Amino acid sequence: MSQLIDLLAGLPFEWARYEFMRNALVAVILVSPLFALMGTLVVNNRMAFFSDAIGHASLTGLGLGVLLGLADPLLSLIGFALVLGVGILALQRITRASMDTIISLSMSFSIALGVVLLSRGGNFNRYSHYLIGDLLSITPGDIGWLCLTVLVVGGGLLYFYNRILLIGLNDSLARSRGLNSWWAQMLFVSSIVMVVTMNLSWVGILIINSLLILPAAAARNLAGNTRQYVLCAIAIALCSGVCGLLISYYADTASGATIVLVAMGFYFLTLAVKALRRQ
Amino acid sequence: MTESHPHHKGIAPHQCGQCCTHIDHISVTLDRHPIIEDVSLHLHCGELTTVVGPNGAGKSTLLRALLGEVSHTGEIHFHPVFGPGREDAPAIGYVPQRLDFDRFSPFSVADLFAVSTSRFPVPLGCRDEIRKTALSALENVEAGGLLDRTLGKLSGGELQRVLLALSLTPVPNLLLLDEPVSGIDLPGRELFYRTVSDLRHRFDLSILMVSHDLAGIAAVSDRIVFLDRRVVCAGPPREVLANREFRHAFGLDLEEAQ
Repeated sequence: MSQLIDLLAGLPFEWARYEFMRNALVAVILVSPLFALMGTLVVNNRMAFFSDAIGHASLTGLGLGVLLGLADPLLSLIGFALVLGVGILALQRITRASMDTIISLSMSFSIALGVVLLSRGGNFNRYSHYLIGDLLSITPGDIGWLCLTVLVVGGGLLYFYNRILLIGLNDSLARSRGLNSWWAQMLFVSSIVMVVTMNLSWVGILIINSLLILPAAAARNLAGNTRQYVLCAIAIALCSGVCGLLISYYADTASGATIVLVAMGFYFLTLAVKALRRQ
Repeated sequence: MTESHPHHKGIAPHQCGQCCTHIDHISVTLDRHPIIEDVSLHLHCGELTTVVGPNGAGKSTLLRALLGEVSHTGEIHFHPVFGPGREDAPAIGYVPQRLDFDRFSPFSVADLFAVSTSRFPVPLGCRDEIRKTALSALENVEAGGLLDRTLGKLSGGELQRVLLALSLTPVPNLLLLDEPVSGIDLPGRELFYRTVSDLRHRFDLSILMVSHDLAGIAAVSDRIVFLDRRVVCAGPPREVLANREFRHAFGLDLEEAQ
């Protein structure tokens, strides 16, 4: 893997000399299409707020990792986000309260708990890089894992894509076609958790959800069917990922946030295209 | 699509007496509240049975029990003669009251058929055979031109006919319609009823419909069931419409008094 990445060093650009930039570029190219594919489902099934909660819940996962003395908090991150995701779905089934209320209170709870855990002894600043993300956190070893995640989660999402969409449209309709919504929901939630937590350290807790939502939201303005929707979202995610990363290098800004701003630019561009087409 | 359903080959419509759904003494309790109590119904092929009743009468719960979504006491038996379903797992077509999507969703009618009838991931495209099946199903409900429209651009009546076409792909043993005409304008309603009525004879379907549309159902239904937690009365439309409790529940007796 690292030899492959080193090939990029041959590119005639200043940034290509730095290992962290080469790693980041490969990570962005790997992960963007997966974010886009997942985003199309998240947006269609109105789960944007849900995935936002999963991102913010990582504060608690991080806090638990520190409390348990883990060298790499990834396990506690995934663990807590899974518990929260399943918890939200279960709580909604039991109380039948509206989904946004449940998500909002779960999110408040996990952010508060995370801040309490991480601020013990006045050390919160040590973890603030998780909020905005840090490119240096991507190592060649991570890229191997990202590759595996993209293959497994991406393949799983494609395989279950039809079912997840149908369940989002109407639960009873899905059931009349022999689908069990609970398990499909669980798989979907687990894949959101995997993708969000694995990319948290370089994108940042505050904005990771925008990376999921923006390409899909922009693609909706252009597409007339699901295939175009997914393809547009992937193209927009890749463009804004690569452009945002390079801009952040030259402007010396946080990469995750820069990528989000570029994606936002694409969103407004698609809005304009849509408005022009209407005329 | 063939003119008559394969599981009735050689049997004239209205003659396959064996083919029916038995709902025997079912009750559903949610949070200790009885929602429906001791409901028994027999649904026959080629017959449209309409369930009417006030809000909270348990009409939708009855459908959800048939779909296996809520647990119930009592028994539901299906007796398909031939066809895609088994007695314990009949093929049920279901037309929901509404779909959860927003108007600008890039989700086309062809996509709807693809996600419902195929496992081939729809982001990779909509296969030709699915498009063909969808098109012929849509033509059955006078909606052939809607294949590539997005759901958000359909009128209420068009969407309902698309959902009807979907519920008939493949042709089910039992068709459930949950308030299919609410939110549809009058011409749309007439077209929907005409289509359902036509399909019932063509495929010899057994149909259970929940409706509030008292004006429309009398002409289209073979039987009406007045449900208010239990079956208050059931029979041919003329009989039920003359029932005193029925007329009282829907305020028809007041109209006469005026």
